[in-house]
Formats: sequence, C-alpha cells, structure tokens
Amino acid sequence: MRLPRRQHSVLPGFGLTLGFAVVYLSLVALIPMCALFLRARGLGWMGFWSTVTEPRVLAACRLSFGAAFIGATLNAVFGFIVAWTLVRYRFFGRRFIDALIDLPFALPTAVSGIALTTIYAPNGWIGRALEPLGIKAVFTPRGVVIALTFIGLPFVVRTLQPALEDLEADVEEAAASLGASRPQTFRRVIFPAIVPALLTGFALAFARALGEYGSVVFISGNLPGKTEIAPLLIVTQLEQYDYAGATAIAVLLLVISFAMLLLINLLQRWSGRRHLRGM
Amino acid sequence: MSLRPATAEPRWVRTLLLTITMLFLAAFLVTPLVAVFTEALRKGVAAYFAGFDDPAVRSAIKLTLLTAGIAVPVNVVFGLAAAWSVAKFEFPGKSLLTTLIDLPLAVSPVVSGLIYVLVFGLNGWLGPWLKAHDLQVIFAVPGIVLATVFVTLPFVARELIPLMQEQGTEDEESALTLGASGWQTFWRVTLPNIRWGLLYGVILCNARAMGEFGAVSVVSGHIRGKTNTVPLQVEILYNEYNFVAAFAVASLLAMLALVTLAAKSFIEWRMTSAPASPAVPGDPT
Repeated sequence: MRLPRRQHSVLPGFGLTLGFAVVYLSLVALIPMCALFLRARGLGWMGFWSTVTEPRVLAACRLSFGAAFIGATLNAVFGFIVAWTLVRYRFFGRRFIDALIDLPFALPTAVSGIALTTIYAPNGWIGRALEPLGIKAVFTPRGVVIALTFIGLPFVVRTLQPALEDLEADVEEAAASLGASRPQTFRRVIFPAIVPALLTGFALAFARALGEYGSVVFISGNLPGKTEIAPLLIVTQLEQYDYAGATAIAVLLLVISFAMLLLINLLQRWSGRRHLRGM
Repeated sequence: MSLRPATAEPRWVRTLLLTITMLFLAAFLVTPLVAVFTEALRKGVAAYFAGFDDPAVRSAIKLTLLTAGIAVPVNVVFGLAAAWSVAKFEFPGKSLLTTLIDLPLAVSPVVSGLIYVLVFGLNGWLGPWLKAHDLQVIFAVPGIVLATVFVTLPFVARELIPLMQEQGTEDEESALTLGASGWQTFWRVTLPNIRWGLLYGVILCNARAMGEFGAVSVVSGHIRGKTNTVPLQVEILYNEYNFVAAFAVASLLAMLALVTLAAKSFIEWRMTSAPASPAVPGDPT
C-alpha cells in the first residue's frame, strides 16, 4: 500500500513529538552506539580479527553461544509444556503460576544470580540432590546453562501462550472427527500452527541469553577459558584498560544482536504477531 | 468411566505434563525466590535488619531511587512523544523508528555500559573536554543515570505504541472539533484512554531501572558509598562473604519484583476486563 505523500491530520504536535523522539533516541542510543563502531573501525580488520580469534576470546564466545543455545533449547521444550498446561488445563494456582512466569524479567539479575548459586551449590537445596549423582552445577558450564535457562523462560512461554490461545478448537475437532488420534492431531495440526511462535520464543531467549551478564557471573565462577562468558570478558578487559579488546568483542556481540533482532522481526511477521506481552 | 473428548489428552498425559510444569517451575522460579528470603533470615530477624544498618547500603538505596526517579519520568516523556507521533500520524521511516526503539532490549547490558565509556570515558570522544571542564560522567552518578536511561528506554514506548495505534484518532479528532486545544485533548482524552497501558510501561520501566546490573556495573566504578546502586551493593556484600547482608539487601529487590508482578497482573486484568472504555473526563473508574 502506498501512503499519500503527506497526510493532513487535524491532530497537532506531529513535528514536536517526532522531533523530540528522534533527537532523544539519537542522543541516548544511536550516537553512543556509533561511538562503538567508530572505535572498532580504528582497530582495522586485522586488529579486529586478531582480537576475536585469541584463544581466550574464542573460548568465551564458544561458551556463550553453546550455553545460550542449550538454555534456549531447554526453554523451548519445557516452556512449551508450561505454556500448554497454562493455556489448556484448569488447576489450582494457575493464575498465580501464570503471574510468576515473568519473575525472571522482574527480578534483578544480580539477585537471580546469587539465589541460583546458593540453590545449586553442593550444600544448596538442589545442589545437594545433584551431588551424589556426581553432577556439579556451580562454577561449571552447567551453571551458565542454568542461569541462561532461568532468564530465557518467560520469552518462550509468553510467545507461545497467545499462539496456543488462538488455535481454533474446531480444527482439532475436525481432525479428531476425521479419525486422527490425539498424537496425530498434535503432530499434524497443532504443532505446525505454533512452530513460528516457538521459533520466535527460542530466538528471543537465545538473544537475551547471549548478552546476559548479571545472573551468570555469580554461578559460573568466571575461570578464563573455562567458564568465562563473552560479556564478562568485555568487563575484564575494560578493567584492564584494554579498550581495543573490549570494543572488538562488543562489536561482535552487537552485530549478532542486530542479526537476531532482524531474524526475530521476520519470525514475528511470519507468525503475524509483532507485539509481545510482558517483555 | 466417563468418555474423554477427542480433543483432550488422556488423563495420564495431563498429569505428566502438569507434574513436569510444576517441577520445572519449582526448580527454576520458586526456589530462587524462596532462597532469597530464607538466606536473608538465616540468622534471625535482628541480623536481617542489621544488614540495612550500613551507610553504604543506605547510600546505595538513595542512589537507586535517584536513578529511577530520573530515568522513569524521562522515558515516560519519550514514550508518550514517540507513541503520539507513531500512532497518530503516517510518515516514512515509521517502522524503522519502532525497530530502533526496541534496540536497547537487544543489546547486552555490558555493551550498553561500554558505549557510554567510549563516549564519556577518559579516552573517549568527550573525555578530554569533560576533564578540562572538571566534569565526570563515567565512574560517577551521571554515567549511572545515562546507562539506566538507555536500558529502560523502550519500556514505556513499546507499551503505548500498539495501544494508541489500536485506539486510532477518532476520540482526539472529536475533541478538537468540539473546540478543545491540543493540550486539553491530550490531558482529557488521550491520557485517560491510555492510563493503564502507561502505568504498565512505567512499572516495567521502574523495575528495570532499579534492578539493572550489567550496564550500571560497567560505568559505576564501584566507589563504596558513592556510585553503588542497590544491585551493585548486593554484589559487593556477596563477594565479601557477607551473605546475610547480601540477601537482606537482595530481599528488597525481590519484594520490588513481587510488587511489580502483582501490579502487572492487576493491570492486565483491568485492561482485559474493561477494554478501551470511552473517555469520560472525570470518569470515576
């Protein structure tokens, strides 16, 4: 659809509000972000490349990507089950649990970090049960996965809920009356309809997990090359006044964030839903 | 035995799914929340309150209130302006603008802090100029406020834009036709229409402003009693093995989170039970 060149609206304040919004956004967000890219340009391709291929940086990126991927996958599986139960079943405490799903958004990441560390430590509530099984969670890459699963959960559940609510009952009824078993209906009718939402939730959880800092630094132990995530490495290099190193990793993370944002936008267009509740 | 509808799962499947849901949420959501309070009260109520009897903690609380007190109103004004222009008018580049507004949500908190260090830090763009004028942004309060403003920028706008788009321009047009001025229209027609959405955005914005850790940590410099916010103070106490005090201070933030969730659920319930009530000036509801 082509819009008219200039829409005459009787409402006032267009210039003022748009002008303010654009100037504010530029000053607060866009210009400082340009500073990062300009600083990175000063490194040159060779400088950038040699920084991001250092073994310590590679190890941090590998851990960040790997743990974010596992965390988002766990969330896709369990978040799906949680969303399904919340939408389809009626049980005591459902509303309370539904409100609680947003806890990882609402709880400051530092608080989540120290709480998760306490619980999954060898003498913690859950860590105590894992220890006899020989599973060490805190100060290992598993700890990173636990923290990233925690913070990613609401993204998957909150994207899936509206998609599940929108499913028309008559489609499932039609499938059943045509002789499909419940597993067949699920596989052939329900699942294909919610795949876009599931992928969107996965991508959102993954993107968030990639940059996460606060909830991870307490539980991971921060051993260079072993349990050090990429955002933490940026902080470490800043503390050592290695601005070039910090900038190079930050640009890498930022470019990936932009790519994820683009992907999420495409996925949301596919699933026909732009606005997400909660986030 | 009653017959099960063909579009429902067998009872054992339902029980299984419910059990998995409960166990998963217990392990990942409920226990961390409960742990904050039990750890804080581990050595009794007196020790809990002793955790707050510390000038560093009190100055951290003050700084957090100050930061949120600046960041939230500023982003409310931005959110209102952005939503007014995007929702009520057509212009080229509109979808680019809405995408850019969401940008801070996609950026790692650490990178959000870093960009300000690169602009205002000692060897940043404005570093030499700031030093010459004896101004400090990084490792000082202005940097903390700026980083918080950045990470909380989208929250109000992204609630208001879809809401105001849905509401259209008819109410405002009638008000203007009836002789109201632009400001009158905004205060008496638009604002009552969007009040719940606005409050929703404010609550999320505030929760993030008070709880932000990564971005603030990068620009703060961790000067005790000066540039520590509440989350940073929690980190310091925890790293000093002062666990009771760390969790006592953390329990404040956990309570804030619970209040945020309760308010959020209440507003969601309000917005769905009374959808787009017509704006009546002085409407008591």
